[in-house]
Amino acid sequence: MPLTSQDPRVLPQLPNAATSEAPRPRHGASAATTRLAPLLRRLLANTLPPLIAVALLGLIWQLLTGAPGSGMPSPVQIWSEAHDLIVDPFFNHGSQDIGLGLRVLVSLQRVAIGFGLAAIVGVLLGTLIGQSVWAMRGLDPIFQVLRTVPPLAWLPLALAAFRDANPSAIFVIFITAIWPVIINTAVGIRNIPQDYRNVAAVLRLNSIEFFWRIMVPSAAPYIFTGLRIGIGLSWLAIVAAEMLTGGVGIGFFIWDAWNSSRLPDIIVALLYIGVVGFLLDRLVALIGRLATRGTAA
Amino acid sequence: MSGEFLRIEGVGKTYVSGGKTSHVLADIDLAIDAGEYISIIGHSGCGKSTLLNIIGGLTRATTGAVILDHSEVNSPGPDRAIVFQNHSLLPWLTAYENVRLAVDKVSGGTRSRAERHDWTLHNLELVHMAHARDKRPAEVSGGMKQRIGIARALAMEPKVLLLDEPFGALDALTRAHLQDQVMQIHMKLRNTVIMITHDVDEAVLLSDRIVMMTNGPAAQIGQLLTVPLARPRNRLEAASDPIYLNCREAVLRFLYERHRYVEAA
Repeated sequence: MPLTSQDPRVLPQLPNAATSEAPRPRHGASAATTRLAPLLRRLLANTLPPLIAVALLGLIWQLLTGAPGSGMPSPVQIWSEAHDLIVDPFFNHGSQDIGLGLRVLVSLQRVAIGFGLAAIVGVLLGTLIGQSVWAMRGLDPIFQVLRTVPPLAWLPLALAAFRDANPSAIFVIFITAIWPVIINTAVGIRNIPQDYRNVAAVLRLNSIEFFWRIMVPSAAPYIFTGLRIGIGLSWLAIVAAEMLTGGVGIGFFIWDAWNSSRLPDIIVALLYIGVVGFLLDRLVALIGRLATRGTAA
Repeated sequence: MSGEFLRIEGVGKTYVSGGKTSHVLADIDLAIDAGEYISIIGHSGCGKSTLLNIIGGLTRATTGAVILDHSEVNSPGPDRAIVFQNHSLLPWLTAYENVRLAVDKVSGGTRSRAERHDWTLHNLELVHMAHARDKRPAEVSGGMKQRIGIARALAMEPKVLLLDEPFGALDALTRAHLQDQVMQIHMKLRNTVIMITHDVDEAVLLSDRIVMMTNGPAAQIGQLLTVPLARPRNRLEAASDPIYLNCREAVLRFLYERHRYVEAA
């Protein structure tokens, strides 16, 4: 190793060394453009394909549905009939005539409550069955059966129990999101390396300290996997639940639009749901990445 | 009060699994003085780690007892700090936080916040790791991880420091460097150390006494060897010292003549 980082000549030389290895230096481009060009190219490489794909899909869609008398709305027709929904998500003209952004917020509020409860209860229950062999033997079969029940199948029971639409919708979110949180937390707790348990034993950490100092950080990657699956399922379930319970959520909007044959509105709503679901997923993934920084050994 | 500090009396360990009993250790008797540096050497699978875990309280002995400073050991505790072979640092904490966790837990009631901070830094300095205090374990080398592990153990001010093949996973140069540091720390603090090793030179250079284990099953102490080398010891001088060479030969003879490693014994 003749080159050391103390040598002041090394740093400016490195780019030269790199380019001289390449057989064809590009058109004598200046240093700034050689540094910017790859960045721009990467940006284009990431954004261009989806843009082209969307444009092509829109074109095909327009060609298939553009003819008069078509049963499905074409993109042009959606723009002309529902552009108030697209352009202004937050208008408010009275109880059922509000922008889709406001409706999404109402749905998100339900998801936040239901999912938040599911996260807390799920992590605690998951910790219990991850820690205790007896709790796992007793509860795991029950959970495995219950988690396969479709979200909407819980709704009649919830309506009977709560006698109100809103808590029932929240309950459906809760019961949908909780299973992946429980199961992943339990796996994470069971996978805490024996080394960390030994350290805790030597330090005589009590169970509360053990929970916060060892269990939570060690199982965090698993917990966040569960939370991410859970939030996705919540968003799937809220739309269906709202279709049946009514109110001002985005799900009821779709049902309402169907009953009054406003197909373009439905398509706009679908786009809203897709984008919000995508953002929710990314949000939980981001929180997970921040929270589990350095957890991977 | 010779051998009164730590007594291992008739310790045996038997595992029962699936109706089959396997004797790992049988009738281990050992008396250790305060400030002694003891190495336990033997072939793989001879139960030396089991013995260390019994002293550490992580494993319960089937027979016999370990008595440290007049009280029986039956659970893990900070008075018997363990440096694990794979360092066992918590990867989500920095070097400082790993040591501080131990300091807070052990001396939370006796030291103020500022004192605990100073004590944490003091122990990191002792192993020359103060410069990497804000690094996470994944960001430092294997030797540095092991040094942080040693700092964490020392910070607990244990009555006995238990080292479980602490340098086993390191390259030869790093290992020699760390051995020298451990010797310096032992000279300075005069703490009682029990170290598991399978490295003959390491055992002879560092120890006051070497405990040689016979092969399992039902491993026993085969021989006890006192290393009468003066301290401080120097690696280079020791290498040609007749006492060192005699001790080295005695251990080698024990390991390779009298208790040759038997595959799947």
